[in-house]
Amino acid sequence: MNETANEAGGAGPSHRGVEAGVVIAIAILAIIGIIGASRVGTGWSAEGPRAGFFPFFICIAILISCAVNLVQVFKSENDGAVFASWDQIKKVMQVVVPTAVYVAIIPYSGIYVASALLIVGFMKVLGRYGWAAALAVGVAVPLFTFVAFEKWFLVPLPKGPLEHLLGY
Amino acid sequence: MEDIGNLFHGFAVVVQPYNLVLMVVGIVLGVIVGVLPGLGGANGVAILLPLTFSMSPTSAIIMLSCIYWGALFGGAITSILFNIPGEPWSVATTFDGYPMAQQGRAGEALTAAFTSSFVGALFAVIMITLVAPLVASFALRFGPPEIFSVYFLAFCSFVGLSKEPPFKTVASMMLGFALGAVGLDQMTGQLRLTFGFETLLTGFDFLIAVIGLFGIGEILLTMEEGLSFRGKAAKINLKVVVQTWVQLPRYWMLYLRSCLIGCWMGISPAGATPASFMSYGIAKRISKHGKNFGKGEIEGVIAPETAAHAAGTSALLPMISLGVPGSPTAAVLLGGLLIWGLQPGPLLFTEQKDFVWGLIASMYMGNIVGLIVVLTCVPLFAAILRIPFSVIAPVILVLCAIGAYTVHNNTFDVVMMLVFGVVGYFMKKTNYPLAPMVLAIVLGDKAEESFRQSLLASQGGLGVFWSSGLVTTIMTLGLVALFWPIIQAGWSRVRSATGSPRPAA
Repeated sequence: MNETANEAGGAGPSHRGVEAGVVIAIAILAIIGIIGASRVGTGWSAEGPRAGFFPFFICIAILISCAVNLVQVFKSENDGAVFASWDQIKKVMQVVVPTAVYVAIIPYSGIYVASALLIVGFMKVLGRYGWAAALAVGVAVPLFTFVAFEKWFLVPLPKGPLEHLLGY
Repeated sequence: MEDIGNLFHGFAVVVQPYNLVLMVVGIVLGVIVGVLPGLGGANGVAILLPLTFSMSPTSAIIMLSCIYWGALFGGAITSILFNIPGEPWSVATTFDGYPMAQQGRAGEALTAAFTSSFVGALFAVIMITLVAPLVASFALRFGPPEIFSVYFLAFCSFVGLSKEPPFKTVASMMLGFALGAVGLDQMTGQLRLTFGFETLLTGFDFLIAVIGLFGIGEILLTMEEGLSFRGKAAKINLKVVVQTWVQLPRYWMLYLRSCLIGCWMGISPAGATPASFMSYGIAKRISKHGKNFGKGEIEGVIAPETAAHAAGTSALLPMISLGVPGSPTAAVLLGGLLIWGLQPGPLLFTEQKDFVWGLIASMYMGNIVGLIVVLTCVPLFAAILRIPFSVIAPVILVLCAIGAYTVHNNTFDVVMMLVFGVVGYFMKKTNYPLAPMVLAIVLGDKAEESFRQSLLASQGGLGVFWSSGLVTTIMTLGLVALFWPIIQAGWSRVRSATGSPRPAA
């Protein structure tokens, strides 16, 4: 993965920087865990170890391994490798942002309408398809999932105003 | 032998028309899942798991395990025809499979790959049939310290055997334990690590983590690489198949070795991916045609495929006999057992005979059906990859969202799925292994329970884990696995110092 990033060239955030960031993020989670575990007690009570006993030591282990990993990051040679070029990051964001919007509107629009919008948007913008093709796939896939889940497998999925209008 | 009778009873369950249909459906879905980037064995099974809630457990496990077999077969198709591993365990197959396809020997490579997969799986299933009941009856006598020691061994093997840096494996595994600990404490009934958020009451579900980490994360990685699929034509006919089959028995030694490597790596939770690399590496070193490896040598296809399939299959041995899954996909299947109301572990063999032997029989049948399906339908599956990624990607995203929602009928889970997806992308890019994290989320509660029960019995002394011969042996094996890289390095230094340089086997 990293090699391809190098070959692709182009500037971007350094691999070392991101690696250190990941270590710090994990360490922060561990500290939150230690605080949470301390609240419910990490010692012994009449019934044996308290609820926070196990998570407490787990989080300590995370912190220790984070320390080692951080040292490894700084000991590693600074070869100027990039995590990913800005161009690649843009591509990744092109998936993350629409998916975030998609996830956010599901509770309001229902999953079928949101899915149709996601597929049409994706095909129009990233795939540069015409309206006809995009709409065809965008309508067919949610329609198929509707039949498969609501009718065949009897698994209800989130529905919004459109489905209510149609009487579901 | 009582087990043989049980096995035949299992076959009788499997060949019921309804189950046979589920089997074929499972295999076909599995191959599709294996071919598509972003969908793999683990998250494919996780997404389809909710569809089985209304089925009987036996039918459900038949369908889900067949998805798994299908995914194992499917990975080879993309490796050979497109030079794109559909699954991590088929990376090693690209080394010689794609050059063979470039030389116009795609049919030969595919036949060899599928047949090898089949042989590897069959070997592992026979081993499961013979060994699993023994392990299970042995494990029935386990108390909390023994149970914990088995978990300890499983997780230590991850650290020692994975190719990622050991402390990254530890970090990711412990993070999994911490995530698994969120919510209700099973033993005291106390809430912990929820910080007052109601959505965290039930904790993090590992199915959501699997769908996010493997599904969404993989889509992001594929997007970053900007793949365009340019593949070789898939031509496979009976003549090629027979010609290839005729030359395969010659490699019986290679098969045997690859099967053994696969089974060993599969039972210890190292999994299919390292097994395939190890088998390839050893085959390259030992083979007479070692120099041709990487240029389209058929042995270079046989070795990794046999080992990967043997490992993937034998990963189910500890799952059904001990309740400790050997791979993320096995973990998802274990999650399925819990949802269907079955208690995984040694008791399955005495209390759920239909289920266990149905599953084992379906492994035999599923692999035979799988071999026939993939050999006959390769061009069809290859055509799926010609659908542009800008169409496939949103459809996979929608499937992942549906899968995440249906686990608890909760839209917040879909948000968590995306969070896990982004986390998975960063972890993959910075070389943190995902499998130990998933297994730790699944097994966290059980490992903690056995740990605390053992400590309770011993009033807090760690000596309880070295109190009997059995538990001492397992714990020591765990420590050996944990420090394996160091032991190995020390051993090779001792050997070179004594001046007997032997090619490492």
